[in-house]
Amino acid sequence: MNIAQYVKAKSLEEAWELNQKKTAVVFGGGCWLRLSPQRRIQTAIDLSGLGLDTMTETDTAIHLGAMVTLRQLETAPALLTATDGAIKEALRHIVGVQFRNLATVGGSIFGRFGFSDVLTLFLTLEAEVELHRGGRMPLAEFAKQGGGNDILTQIIIPKKKRRTAYTSLRLNATDFPILACSVVRTADTLLCAVGARPARAEVRAFEGTRGLTEADATAVATEVAASMNFEDNTRGSAAYRRDMAVELCRRLLLQTGKEEA
Amino acid sequence: MKIEYWLNGRKEQAEIDAGLMLLDFLRDHGCYSVKCGCETTACGLCTVWLNEKPVLSCAVLAARIDGQHVTTLEGLQDEAKEFAQYMASEGSDQCGYCNPGFVMNVLSMVRELSDTPTEAEIKEYLAGNLCRCTGYVSHMRVLRRYLAAKGKEVQDA
Repeated sequence: MNIAQYVKAKSLEEAWELNQKKTAVVFGGGCWLRLSPQRRIQTAIDLSGLGLDTMTETDTAIHLGAMVTLRQLETAPALLTATDGAIKEALRHIVGVQFRNLATVGGSIFGRFGFSDVLTLFLTLEAEVELHRGGRMPLAEFAKQGGGNDILTQIIIPKKKRRTAYTSLRLNATDFPILACSVVRTADTLLCAVGARPARAEVRAFEGTRGLTEADATAVATEVAASMNFEDNTRGSAAYRRDMAVELCRRLLLQTGKEEA
Repeated sequence: MKIEYWLNGRKEQAEIDAGLMLLDFLRDHGCYSVKCGCETTACGLCTVWLNEKPVLSCAVLAARIDGQHVTTLEGLQDEAKEFAQYMASEGSDQCGYCNPGFVMNVLSMVRELSDTPTEAEIKEYLAGNLCRCTGYVSHMRVLRRYLAAKGKEVQDA
């Protein structure tokens, strides 16, 4: 890679200061930047020395440091329990264990990638992000506006009584998803997110009593798909993605409804 | 920039360019088991351990190993030789190209998975290692025998 200067930040403030220049880049796991070898980076900012690679749990939330790896997420008992195992289902298809030992949750979220399984799931978990200077904000808001030159420090997953289900559609194992769907059902709310359309994931909210029957699950899924834009790319057409989004959402709606019963 | 690190248990230091990848660094330092396959994080051939965790050395900056422990196949020769004998006995070494990365990930898997891993768990753990000979069935035969010898019985469920 073409990097002029590599700085292992000693503080978040130092990282933030360095990141105010356009030619600076923050390194999470580095997996995505690796695919742009021609890009010239004046300053690579390494956050690995800032203690952001830990998960903590309180009575009300699970706090994920931005440098926590995807592998840490998928093997964390607290997250497996909090998501009915959906965290594992969302992550286990991402390349391989070696990749997931590198890729970080911060990199996945801050990049707001269209293909992101993590973003799709976390939107339905009503996650919040914390930026060094920008403070806390809902992930749904962050997903729309981005983080600019700020530094993402942690992602917060509120603890709630919820049922969670996740699925994705891939042309090949370990490849990018061509569609990613997540559904969370609480007592009073139903959240349904669709990503990899191939646009960035979006979430829709309904009353918690919706989508419990075959007919209403189809109605909700159709409404979700109709409210989002789908596009063509080499992996799938917009029409195919839209049709499959209805079917995958319908299945997840029924799955979360059944588990609740 | 200067880095200090442990390579196969030995403390070393080196002067490197900031953009140097770990894969190239390790080969420059005599670890020829570490090979470049896809260079796009897809094939698993360049697998090494960073602090005992398998990672893709084509996706790690050498600068990142400062103060860290790196292990390559050269540092696991006895275990690798033992597993290689199982591979040879089943003919699963085939062309041999993917073997170094595959063995590194298998040896990590043996440490990480439970004593009763399922076949699905094994396939999932090794999904990041592509075999261009498509020798996956023979890999599984070998793994069943090898894991049994290690006291780990593969569950079919």
